[in-house]
Amino acid sequence: MKKLCLVAALMASAAALVSPAYADDAADLAAIRKQLNQIDHEYRAKIENLETRLKKAEADAKAARTAAANASKSAVAAQSDAKAAQQQVAQVAAPPAEPPPIDSLPAEAPTPPASANAFNPGIAAVLNGFYSASSRKPDNQRIAGFAIGDDAKLIPNGFSLGESEISFAANIDPEMAGFLDISFDNENHPDVEEAYVRSTDLPWGFTLKAGRFLSGIGYINERHAHDWSFSDAALPYRAFLNTQYGDDGVQLRWLAPTDIFLEFGAEWFRGDEYPAAGAAHGGQGTVTAFVHAGDDINESSSWLAAASYLHTRAAGLETDNPLSPVDDTFTGDTDLGIASLVYKWAPGGNPTVNNFTAVGEFFWDRQKGDFDLLPFRRNNTGWYVQGVYQFMPQWSLGLRYSQLDSGNIPLSLAGSALDDFGHSARASTALLEYDTSEFGRLRLQYTYDQTDLKPNNEILFQYTVIYGPHGAHRY
Amino acid sequence: MRKLLIGAALLAGLAATPAYANLSVFACEPEWGALSTEIGGDKVDVYTATTGQQDPHQIQARPSLIAKARGADVTVCDGAELEIGWLPMIIQQSNNSKIAPGQPGSFEATRYVHLLEQPTSLDRAQGDIHAAGNPHIQTDPRMMLPVAKALAARFAQLDGANAAYYQSREADFEKRWTAAVAKWTAEAAPLKGTAIAVQHHAWIYMENWLGLHEVVPLEPKPGVPPSSGYLAEVLQKLQAQPVKFVIRAAYEDDRPSEFIASKANIPAIALPFTVGGTDNAKDLFSLYEDTIHLMLGGLKK
Repeated sequence: MKKLCLVAALMASAAALVSPAYADDAADLAAIRKQLNQIDHEYRAKIENLETRLKKAEADAKAARTAAANASKSAVAAQSDAKAAQQQVAQVAAPPAEPPPIDSLPAEAPTPPASANAFNPGIAAVLNGFYSASSRKPDNQRIAGFAIGDDAKLIPNGFSLGESEISFAANIDPEMAGFLDISFDNENHPDVEEAYVRSTDLPWGFTLKAGRFLSGIGYINERHAHDWSFSDAALPYRAFLNTQYGDDGVQLRWLAPTDIFLEFGAEWFRGDEYPAAGAAHGGQGTVTAFVHAGDDINESSSWLAAASYLHTRAAGLETDNPLSPVDDTFTGDTDLGIASLVYKWAPGGNPTVNNFTAVGEFFWDRQKGDFDLLPFRRNNTGWYVQGVYQFMPQWSLGLRYSQLDSGNIPLSLAGSALDDFGHSARASTALLEYDTSEFGRLRLQYTYDQTDLKPNNEILFQYTVIYGPHGAHRY
Repeated sequence: MRKLLIGAALLAGLAATPAYANLSVFACEPEWGALSTEIGGDKVDVYTATTGQQDPHQIQARPSLIAKARGADVTVCDGAELEIGWLPMIIQQSNNSKIAPGQPGSFEATRYVHLLEQPTSLDRAQGDIHAAGNPHIQTDPRMMLPVAKALAARFAQLDGANAAYYQSREADFEKRWTAAVAKWTAEAAPLKGTAIAVQHHAWIYMENWLGLHEVVPLEPKPGVPPSSGYLAEVLQKLQAQPVKFVIRAAYEDDRPSEFIASKANIPAIALPFTVGGTDNAKDLFSLYEDTIHLMLGGLKK
């Protein structure tokens, strides 16, 4: 209210400043002053009048709200009265006038209209679809030496809908923001992919997150699939994390007050998602820690490095085995370390025409426990490198190579899903991408897929679109 | 876990102790960095996040920017969604609540002037349009005055001890600026009514100021790179309605405007668009001097 008065007074005084320019003699000036004073008084009186009305209406509304059952009707009436009064105040405070010259405008942006749905969250949708042609049956395609989760499988042949996502994002109050992301797979199963609250007001560079969210480990893990540089996840992400690890838990991040970017994070998860299962340790089955560092090298290039660690316990992790009618089961501990390096280049720091991004990640994985009740322990490694080059506006080319090396298994597990039959799973991928805008893209991706013993050729067409207010993407 | 927390808290405490004497400014674009320096003088430390060679619509949310935003007391940005593709991510990742939208530490220049071309309908089919209106206000120097006033008030609010200093610098800037604008306006008189083509539809405030007449943009829709078919259409239009020259911002791809220039036999001019866009545009004053100088040169050819 005070603000409104102030604005009105300001406008009045602005008018007072402008108008004397047209007055030639003192008499005119005096007359105009008088007029202005009069207008000023009138407005003040009107505003005061409306203020009292508004106060009364607000009080009425409050009284009505606190009153019991039949109060709702009168409250609505009182509120609409308050609203009308508010609108009138606004009209008085900003009397319609000729648009004044640009540089004399005091204007803060106009206040948005008060309405019941003004605080709606930002709702965004992500759609994507595939056409896939694999020379071997995608369902039966294994990753040699690994028992993989459902999400790590190849995209089915022919037309299919990829994951469709709807997300809702908004500030909850001055201290928290909320994010909800629901995805539907191509068989119409809804899944709460992320649902978390995040602190926005912690001091000293801390942020706390709680709920279900994607872990901050590695480089790709925290990104939604639509934000990946290729149509699918690299082999290590498929084999070790079922494409990406998200679970229910809490996360604490701290950004160091240094000149280079230096961020520390730690997470504590329930441990219900691959590579965890069964919410071991009383529902605190997974812990992670990560460090991110990054800076500019010069105006054109920059880097980001990350070291991440995940420890989890799987209590009865079931994985589908295409060679057997019965699911495999793993109970035991997994330790996973990831080293990540990202390099980005854009001439003069302007990625509009040309830009290049290179990513390399190395994974160490240690498993210890019982697979199908047979004890084993082994160390695996995996890595990938990828580069994507935008050679002209809207067009990019990408290449990726990824490889896995599974550790030795005891003789008792020979012939099981953990047996790689002496074969290192690897895949080479080439990508051509056309962006219709920053909200839409088409991809053609070819993979020479040697993850199973016999090679497979996979061609993918993919479209991905985003619409609605969608947050900016990470580096 | 607990050790980590304690360690982090200790580090934070260490870092927090040497309270910075100066107001730390994170300026999104060079023109707002330059204005912050004009108003803040030696009481502010200004970090400018982008250069005149970069497209302010499309900046990668680089780690270095996040690190700089972490310690900022105030962001001085254009607003009107110009930075929507990168700034929100930087602010979120900076874990710095001082500069969150709506806080005193978040300053948006476009909130203090009247924006032109406020769309009557919002539809992504229209290309890269801004809901609040055309954000490129810095192409008209007259816009600097209300922004400077608001910025001085904001600095004074955030750093009360130096309020008088900011106000007096603002008053001084206003005096020098008003004189400079009058001089530029007089110098640019020959440009009045000149028909021009523009690469990106980013110059309406300048056209408004100097009375330039924009015949056609080289982008079919804002932010959409032109196809060769569209450029042929532009050429046809230019035959019916000839223009004196075609302008682009220094950071923009030079091919579309150079192509049109060679076909229509007119000069293509790369204007600085912001401080540092050309070698001569070293500060706020030389930005407009160079802009007018370059366009007057275009008239002669």
